[in-house]
Amino acid sequence: MRLVAMPYAVQRTLLAVVQLAVLSVLVFVLTSLLPGDAAELRFTETLTPEQVAALRVELGLDQPAPERFVHWLRDVLTGDLGTSLISGGPVAGIVRNSIGATLVLTLATLAVVVPLAVALGIVMGTRENGRIDRAISSVTLALSAIPDFVIAVVLVAVFSLRLGWLPATWVGGDLLSSPALLILPVAVLFGRTVCLLSRQVRAGTVAALNADYIIQARRLGVPRRQLLLRHVLPNAAVPGVQELARTGDTLLGGVLVVEAIFAIPGFATALVDGVETRDIPTVQGLTLVLAVAALLINLAADLTCNRLVPRTALLR
Amino acid sequence: MGRVSEALGRRGFLGLAGGAGLAAVVGCGADAGAGSSAAAQPKQGGRLRAVYAGGGAKEVLDPHVQSLFVDIARHKAMYEKLVELGPDLKPVPRLAAKWEHDGTATTWRFSLRDATFHDGGKLVAEDVLYSLSRIADPKVPERVAQSSLATLDLKRSKAIDPATVELVLTAPNAEFPTLLAGIGTQIVRNGFKDPTKPVGTGAFKYVSFEAGRSLVATRYDDYWDEPARIEELHILSADAEARANAVQGGQAEYANDMTATFARTAEAGRTVRIVAAKASMMQAFVMKVDQPPFDNPDVRLAFKLLADRQRLVDVVLAGRGEVGNDLFGKGYQYYPADLPQRERDVDKAKALLAKAGLAGKQVEIFTADASAGFVEAATLFAEQVAEAGVRLKVTTGSPQTYAKDLLTKGAIGNHRSGAMTIPQYFTDRLLSNSPFNVTHWRRPEFDSAFAAARAVTSEQERSAKYGVLQKTLRDEGGILAWGLPDYLVAVSAKVQGVQAVPPNTLDQGRFDKVWLA
Repeated sequence: MRLVAMPYAVQRTLLAVVQLAVLSVLVFVLTSLLPGDAAELRFTETLTPEQVAALRVELGLDQPAPERFVHWLRDVLTGDLGTSLISGGPVAGIVRNSIGATLVLTLATLAVVVPLAVALGIVMGTRENGRIDRAISSVTLALSAIPDFVIAVVLVAVFSLRLGWLPATWVGGDLLSSPALLILPVAVLFGRTVCLLSRQVRAGTVAALNADYIIQARRLGVPRRQLLLRHVLPNAAVPGVQELARTGDTLLGGVLVVEAIFAIPGFATALVDGVETRDIPTVQGLTLVLAVAALLINLAADLTCNRLVPRTALLR
Repeated sequence: MGRVSEALGRRGFLGLAGGAGLAAVVGCGADAGAGSSAAAQPKQGGRLRAVYAGGGAKEVLDPHVQSLFVDIARHKAMYEKLVELGPDLKPVPRLAAKWEHDGTATTWRFSLRDATFHDGGKLVAEDVLYSLSRIADPKVPERVAQSSLATLDLKRSKAIDPATVELVLTAPNAEFPTLLAGIGTQIVRNGFKDPTKPVGTGAFKYVSFEAGRSLVATRYDDYWDEPARIEELHILSADAEARANAVQGGQAEYANDMTATFARTAEAGRTVRIVAAKASMMQAFVMKVDQPPFDNPDVRLAFKLLADRQRLVDVVLAGRGEVGNDLFGKGYQYYPADLPQRERDVDKAKALLAKAGLAGKQVEIFTADASAGFVEAATLFAEQVAEAGVRLKVTTGSPQTYAKDLLTKGAIGNHRSGAMTIPQYFTDRLLSNSPFNVTHWRRPEFDSAFAAARAVTSEQERSAKYGVLQKTLRDEGGILAWGLPDYLVAVSAKVQGVQAVPPNTLDQGRFDKVWLA
């Protein structure tokens, strides 16, 4: 199994490195195409054009874009994410400050979503097209069809502003002293992901239950519980695990909305700020970290699938 | 745990304060601080959390590099200026107890107050000179007060004694004290190098800061101007939606710069009170006076006559504001209050437009979602102009670059301004070399008349001279000031002592004066 997995992993990693290179160029080009630069955007009533021009020189924005890109690349290869054009501090610091909240949010959501989605998926899959299957399907589908910000606004209006049970924003709070801060954001993200994930587990369960070898095993009198746990679940989990990796991307989209609504100082917020202020080194750094994270998650997912059902790797 | 006690606290307050107390609390406005009932007696202690629009990594701790309201609020808690602005934008003494000039408004002497820095050091003249030279450092272009204090001659300025400093200008300027009240003019300790370790004379001492998130500060017990009542101050960053939720949900006690829509919903409830500084901002359309069709004064006047100001105020500002009279600074020092209000006159506008040959033509208005109501105002105004047979095509640009684009794009656009003194507004926007001259109003005779007026030492005479300039602007200029929005702050019902004053003035965001009931 190792022999099969290793070259596959290496191959995937190489591909990801190429993707990473293309991505960093793309991000640089695209952010350069945005109107205005970091110096210009600080142009307000308080700075004169002369001050802006001086600022541009100070920030190195007077150098041609390719030159700036080469500088950036050289720094990154030595492990330095560069300096923010806005704060003047290291980009690595911005990454460190913002990644915590997003990680906590994502992990907390997964901790709720994964067990629930797997349970719901198996319940639905083993009762294909039954009343329970249809009931759960309708509810989760409906939930995933409502935009995140609608769910968020309704939840805040009811549970924070009306009932006063839960904090409405992260403003002025911190997780250590009030873990309740997590409840509403996770509830919003839950709605977005649980449906997709449970449907994949359901599909996997249905497919596995209808597979010839299961039908044969059932004919041979293997107990139902053993059948489900030993034979159905590993197969059913494969689409689930792949979906879980994709959930990472889906979650990021949701995290963006959730971070904005609940004023969570996370990764998405930092990224949006970076784009809005044309802080290109920060946008580059954050994107790079995200890309590496996505790569690792997908790699892990593929390796896990390979372990669960070794034939999947051979089928590729 | 914390949540429960907060919820109980709020309920307890509502129970106790019912009747007269509550009525006083709900009736928002300027008298909130000077309440007469027993319930309004200032109390000591507690923590106040104030939320402002955030700026992410852009937020700075250096008091000389500020431009965001949240930065200004934070620096105000820890640092002070020599001079501040009163509610009518007149200079009021702060660290400078008094000042006098040599009779020509060229050499100024400021007497310093008996104040101490947070490290125990006494405020002396050298601190002032050091602060001003730090601001003027040409190597750091983002020190914002550089241009406004450019006429200060630091080489000839000196300390007379520890408590008196003499500042010399290169040209006479009777407005010099108000320049010292501008943005980014805080007094720091002599030799202050590291902005991440703030040491000021303000009412609160630094505890911690995280850009884009929070400042924590505690009461400074030796504050010269009566120590704060609250024990701890948090100044936090959040966008409009989160500010609204935080102050309504009990996670903040003060939320700055709220929308009219929020004010309406908030006033329906009992937990939040709106403190409105009436008509303390300006919303305008700006016409470039050097570009067709607005290079023709008849067209400018026609557009001014076409604006249905009341409707713009009702729709765009949700009624929270007053109609404007094509001038900046209503209610401020030097505002010519005697000029008649401009009224709508479509027929007269039509005649002017026909004379100018503009009837049936199209004009482009450049706008962006850079500030609340910009696009709405442009769209509504296009309807109003259409009644005179001129098509106003609304072009929407990028909000982040709008401040700069406005100078170069479109012949007409949206403009807003917060509170500043009228001479400051002139300096920034209406002189030939003004950095932010959005109407391209460039008249050498206007420049020299303004410079002459600014040098007049008699306040009354100076005021009359400014008045003449403002009348010219109202009749011939490119500013169509249609509305004067209220500045809205939301406070939790238990917060007392918040003043309804324009932003950028002394009593705005004065957390050393508030208390928690």
